[in-house]
Amino acid sequence: MTEKKRGKGFGILVTFVTMFLFWLLLSGFFDAFHITAGIICSAIVALISHDLFMKEGGLARDKLFKLLLYIPWELWQIVLANFDVAYRVLHPKMPIDPRIIEFETTLRSDFALVTMANSITLTPGTVTILVEPEKGKFWVHALAQAPADALLVDKTMQTKVAEVYGEW
Amino acid sequence: MVGIIAWVSGGFLAAGIFFMFTGAIGLLRLPDFYTRLHATGKCDTLGEVLIITGLLIYHLFYYPETPLVLVKLLFLIVFLFLANPTATHAIMKAAYNTGVKPWKVGDKRM
Repeated sequence: MTEKKRGKGFGILVTFVTMFLFWLLLSGFFDAFHITAGIICSAIVALISHDLFMKEGGLARDKLFKLLLYIPWELWQIVLANFDVAYRVLHPKMPIDPRIIEFETTLRSDFALVTMANSITLTPGTVTILVEPEKGKFWVHALAQAPADALLVDKTMQTKVAEVYGEW
Repeated sequence: MVGIIAWVSGGFLAAGIFFMFTGAIGLLRLPDFYTRLHATGKCDTLGEVLIITGLLIYHLFYYPETPLVLVKLLFLIVFLFLANPTATHAIMKAAYNTGVKPWKVGDKRM
């Protein structure tokens, strides 16, 4: 019981410090009035929403590091995605063949599912429609056969996300 | 030196505007709700991020005395990358759950 109580106080403290640093960063004024107002606002936010900010079972440090390595690859995929969509949109005949596909993954945790879903939405010709957390199942709307095959056959993205979060 | 900076940031702005423009054309040309979301969800994200990157470079070299603005712009990029795909997904899920029919090749435009 005491263990749990300490965890809660720690969560409020971390939220408060983060919020206050963010306040200083955005305001840029360091006089007494603005700092007092910042402390009051951060305290209110920390009391109300600390359980949203510091959810139990947050990201471990090694996963965060792997996530940072994953982001550049994802950015490059986003650039490719945009050229792909731009080509399909600007082509006189519009080579699209939309379809809805579904597949299961080994991902289970919230962070992994969110990363996967957002990555799908940002990369070539695919948008996530539904996610079922229990089975790690994704429903995806694909703009054509080629982007659908990237998820169904190649599975590059699933492998990379699973590697980041260690959920094979 | 100053001229080069203006050209580089201008190039980012131009690329950003190109993608925003493509997104708008896609919104008009594509046949149904889902495919239109493809155009807006993806092209807007990259377009906005490119425009902000152009502004970042411009600000960095022309107004180095206010570095806080740079940090704010960087945060804007991070939030765009989180919020844009999430919003696209939320709209698409709502459409799917309320039974909007996806367009197939050969169907009439909606």
